[in-house]
Amino acid sequence: MSAAAPPPPSAVDPVGEAVAALGPPRDDARLARRERLQVLVHSKSFIAGAIIVGFFVFCAIFGKLLVLQDPFAGSPINGLEAPSSSNWFGTDRLGRDVFSRVIVGSRDIMIIAPAATLLGTVLGTALGLVTGYFRGVVDDVLSRLIETVLALPVILVAVMALVSLGPSNLTIIFVVGFVFAPVIARTVRAAVLGERELEYVSAARLRNERTPYILFAEILPNVMGPVIVEFTVRLGYAIFIVATLSFLGLGVQPPSPDWGLQIFDHYGLISGGYWWPVLFPAAAIALLVIGVNLIADGLTQAFER
Amino acid sequence: MAKFIAKRVALGLVTLVLLSMLVFFMANVLPGNVGRRVLGPFASPTAVAQLNHQLGTDQPIIKQYFDQMKGYLQGDMGRSVSTRQPISDVLWPALGHSLKLAILAFIIVVPLSILGGVIAALKEGSTRDRVITVGGLSATAVPDFVWAVLLLIVFSLGLGIFPSTAAWPDGSGVLTQIRYLLLPAFCLVFVLFGYIARMARAGTIEALDADYTRTAVIKGLPQRTVLWRHVLRNSLLPTIAVIATQVGYLMGGLVVIELIFNYQGIGQMIFRAATQKDFPALEAAVLVVGVVFLLSTLAADILYSILNPRVRLGSADQ
Repeated sequence: MSAAAPPPPSAVDPVGEAVAALGPPRDDARLARRERLQVLVHSKSFIAGAIIVGFFVFCAIFGKLLVLQDPFAGSPINGLEAPSSSNWFGTDRLGRDVFSRVIVGSRDIMIIAPAATLLGTVLGTALGLVTGYFRGVVDDVLSRLIETVLALPVILVAVMALVSLGPSNLTIIFVVGFVFAPVIARTVRAAVLGERELEYVSAARLRNERTPYILFAEILPNVMGPVIVEFTVRLGYAIFIVATLSFLGLGVQPPSPDWGLQIFDHYGLISGGYWWPVLFPAAAIALLVIGVNLIADGLTQAFER
Repeated sequence: MAKFIAKRVALGLVTLVLLSMLVFFMANVLPGNVGRRVLGPFASPTAVAQLNHQLGTDQPIIKQYFDQMKGYLQGDMGRSVSTRQPISDVLWPALGHSLKLAILAFIIVVPLSILGGVIAALKEGSTRDRVITVGGLSATAVPDFVWAVLLLIVFSLGLGIFPSTAAWPDGSGVLTQIRYLLLPAFCLVFVLFGYIARMARAGTIEALDADYTRTAVIKGLPQRTVLWRHVLRNSLLPTIAVIATQVGYLMGGLVVIELIFNYQGIGQMIFRAATQKDFPALEAAVLVVGVVFLLSTLAADILYSILNPRVRLGSADQ
């Protein structure tokens, strides 16, 4: 016990104190990053999610090379054949191979959902930085507007906007991105409110740095954690919404083998006993969103330590 | 108390006005030329002009907005472009149908998810906790229409225990109606479970960790009393707020669920108006959904303040 004597109360160490006042040095940041990576690698949910999402990314990129049958060709004579050795997942209403359509059908959603989420994250982060940093009137007005957009179910805003503008993949990206921005802004704003009182911000202000510099070069790197977590969580929702819009006929348009569209084309046939053209695309959507959410779960654990 | 409620109502009114502007903007400004958007690119210019005149969309924007709001306040929502019927004749019965489905879903999901969240929290970090948390998260993430078709395949086609539609035969009793509504309600339950269970879990963990819980345990109170009187009373407060925000999601989810189960609610009305580019009907229905959501958050805020004096008194000072 007594062997580990406490170190003698040293005299004031001016250098040490100055360093401490400067906050964690660079090496600490790198260490923290490596630690987070360690947590991620050991997180079962992150690994499982990464494998699932990786599989669908692979399908989206190489889809047509992976399948033996043309996902767009078929004749209605061979329509609605049950799963067999030649058509693993059966054929759809028009005799097209469901297996190849499920594999190739990953492409549209794997482009639209991440693009929309990215747009929403960029807009929302900028909005959140501004509202959180300035407070006052700017914050009050923007916060009220944000709350108004949030008072409507996202899907209804998207439906209305797409009916008004007409559906196209680019329109979906913009609509979903714009609807997400306020939600992301709220999260970022909360993080910025905590940061703006810290010393490094006042230091930057005293150095007479320009406001955009303080916002984007000083505060932004420190709120990147919540932003990354929010991005993955939103990506799950984006897939949810884009798939739903396609299902409602307002999203990806035929003849795309998009999953939501396939379900829309065939859900009426379920009661007739034709479950395969619906089950497999539905399972693909379920698997993909669960994968994205597992990644989000792992990231949340890594960043909240 | 009165001051708190007055403040909440005033804020709600501001949001309502902004909401009406947003919905009006999306229905009347975003399409560019409304008549052209409804009739398509091949309609003659005279037909487009005529429709615009009939809808009033040839008037200045500001006048259109005020005319419309005046109509809404007097209970006149205009006529549907596709059926020519007064919109309110269709909208109110549809809203009633939807509320029936929504209430059934809530009656199932609220006790279930609170129970799940509390059970998970009592054994934080255990396998049981992980299963409930990750399972709930996954159930929530899967789109409702995916749940709908999966449930249809299993319970309607496979096991044959539930009908594949929610449209019950005329003159059915309450129990038959519930049987027809169970599958659609469960699609909503799956999506809502994760959110509410997560909030109940977080609240319970926080309350279990709190000083008053420690004090109660040290005082020697029976575990059951501590759980009911000290932990749950505090942990379920934030859950109320989350339940209210889910009303908004629920109304959106109805669009898809009612379509699949062929149920004549406001969701199906919105879908039909959307596919037929029936802007007046779409605008009225979406606005009503927004109002329902605002009312439910307002009710939740007031209920929250009644149950939690800290909020009420804290706000009165401001």
